[in-house]
Amino acid sequence: MSSDSEHRQEGRTPEREGVPAHGFSPLLVRQRLRHPVSFFRRARERVIESGVFLCGLASILAISLIFFFLFKEGLQAFRMVDSPAQFISSMGVQLEYDYEEDDVFVAGERREFAWQPVSDEPKLSFIPLMWGSLGIATLAAVLSTFAGIGVGIFLSEIATARLRGLVKPTLELLVGIPTVVIGFVMLAIVAQPLRQIADAIGLAGIYGSTFNMFVGAVGVSIVIIPVIGSLVDDALRAVPDDLRAASLSVGATRWQTTWRVVLPTGVSGVFGAVILGFGRALGETMIVLMCAGNAPQITGNPFDSVRTMTAAIASEMGAAQVGGVHAQTLFLVGAILITITFLLNLTVELVVNRFRRKIRL
Amino acid sequence: MTEHTGPAIQSARQRVTQKTKAPVWALLFESIVRGVTGAVILVLFFLMGTILFRGGGQITPEFLLQAPRDGMTAGGIFPAIMGTFFVVLFMIIMALPLGVFGAVYMVEYSKGGLMSRIIRAAVNNLAGVPSIVFGLFGLGFFVLFVGRNLDYHIYGVPRTAEEVRQIQAELAPLRAEAQDEAMALADEQDIVDPAEREAFIEQYVEEQMPAVSRTVFGQGAMFWAAATLAILVLPFVIVATEEALRAVPPSTREAAYGLGATRWQVIATVVLPQAKPGILTGAILAVARGAGELAPILFVGVTFFTPGLPLTEPINLGLFSIPVVNPFEEFMHLNYHIYTMATQHHDPIGTRGIQFGTTLVLVALTFVMNLMAIMLRRRYSRKG
Repeated sequence: MSSDSEHRQEGRTPEREGVPAHGFSPLLVRQRLRHPVSFFRRARERVIESGVFLCGLASILAISLIFFFLFKEGLQAFRMVDSPAQFISSMGVQLEYDYEEDDVFVAGERREFAWQPVSDEPKLSFIPLMWGSLGIATLAAVLSTFAGIGVGIFLSEIATARLRGLVKPTLELLVGIPTVVIGFVMLAIVAQPLRQIADAIGLAGIYGSTFNMFVGAVGVSIVIIPVIGSLVDDALRAVPDDLRAASLSVGATRWQTTWRVVLPTGVSGVFGAVILGFGRALGETMIVLMCAGNAPQITGNPFDSVRTMTAAIASEMGAAQVGGVHAQTLFLVGAILITITFLLNLTVELVVNRFRRKIRL
Repeated sequence: MTEHTGPAIQSARQRVTQKTKAPVWALLFESIVRGVTGAVILVLFFLMGTILFRGGGQITPEFLLQAPRDGMTAGGIFPAIMGTFFVVLFMIIMALPLGVFGAVYMVEYSKGGLMSRIIRAAVNNLAGVPSIVFGLFGLGFFVLFVGRNLDYHIYGVPRTAEEVRQIQAELAPLRAEAQDEAMALADEQDIVDPAEREAFIEQYVEEQMPAVSRTVFGQGAMFWAAATLAILVLPFVIVATEEALRAVPPSTREAAYGLGATRWQVIATVVLPQAKPGILTGAILAVARGAGELAPILFVGVTFFTPGLPLTEPINLGLFSIPVVNPFEEFMHLNYHIYTMATQHHDPIGTRGIQFGTTLVLVALTFVMNLMAIMLRRRYSRKG
């Protein structure tokens, strides 16, 4: 009895036999609650509640601070350039070769879309970087949309519960591999054989660089196929079973049911998954940095090197002097990137909401 | 989740497939779908197999327990392993309480009210932010804003870019002098390895310079890297905890309330203990994710070479002393080691072995943690 009251004073309960491992039992709870609610206890409740509230605020604070600081640093770049038009294009000199004088001379000016931030006259056009980002993300989205939808259909419509229980964790493990590792394996093992294959099938003429947009897109696809597959699976499994049963009962095959009933019903969910995958591809950094060649240029050839917005930030920020025009411009690139992904996520949210309303009908 | 493998549908399916023969193109499409899934899984096995095959021979006690030597061409990766470990440790110490209690607020206090909807929107957006943007944020907020201001208020170090430039210009002759001295000393002590030499000179110069030029908080550091990663993994912790809390049946809460428990008592004695496995799963996933990210910490203190762990004065307890990691120093990291060795080392082909060895260590760490989380979740959900 005396030990019991001691424990009560400390506000703790002794360990007892027969208490489940997760620590919950009505007996334990009752022991802890023997005191009536005192003033002290009510005050403690209020303090704890405000502490928990502050933890709840943390994520709101974090996302606000991210937007605020990126734009705060990024907008400073506007004060450091002569005109904002420099972020789109700048005037460069047109050089021509004079055969008589055997010398190069300035023939005139021309408009350039160039990203050359570390030179005497920095050229800060975002167009090559955006081109690289869009190119890789589009290529990766094309590659992984079909594969991702295939994986999703397999998981939701074809696989037995047991097979599903094996495949889904495997996909999660694939997503869990650090992106540096995927970038490294692409760089060290895959890029060179890809080039040899391209040479062998007669693409040598257009296969510009060993590290190019295509290699980067393949690497990014490895990351986003499981993501899209998993989301498509979720979307298709949200389609009510009644529809499948109805379709099967009128004599449709499994494939007809999938193709004509399940997919059309879940199409907005699938669409959302693809946009989300596209957003992931846009934001992917290490893979494109390591295997896309990292040369800022505007090219229509998927086998040429490009530098994406993310790769530009990652490779240049370390050497840029903070407070200088280069660093602040990179912050501006980051601000643009976060705005684009924010809008993409918003689109997904709206699409998926529509999907939810639709399948509830 | 709806399960559509129920007996009624199974039998309907069987009857349908028995009667009607599927056309060729349907079979074709189905085998494509199967093939694609198989290919994706093969990719995982290919990745794992190559890394295991090429990196396996590299793993020796020396590799795991020594610092790099001879211009990073020999020795081990011990500082990188420890750097990764401590960054992730500091990260989860920061992220776990914030995330868990954030979720507790959403589920137990706000209960789907306006606040919890705003938090959910914030969490969704935070999860969609590209990882490199976290890197910029870590630099812009933690290092340049918080760190520089701390330095300014504590040590009087100038915080604006112009002032910094001015003071650096004033101290330039002093720095050059210290550098010459350091080089002479390095020659004397026979430090020939370029990376070691650079680290030695840098350290010597830093020690010689007056306090006003020294930045303590306003530079890349393990602590800022951990804080940046903590924000990155916050959504994972919140979502996992939220799911775990929602899985606790309302009846147990009501029972506790019925016995006269206050809200916090219900949370602390009933809800959280039951949600513990789910929270633990989320925490393990967060650690795996945090250990696998490089882009967020690129500009906040990760470095190519430090001869050992950044340590402070050990805490002396008389009989023995405890070494303490200084979280305000730069550090090595497995991810960064792979990246720089593969792209910026002077001999990237010759050091492929080290690169694959480092990759194997990193993959083993994240793989084991992910596997642990998956198995834990499986066991837990089967029970419930």
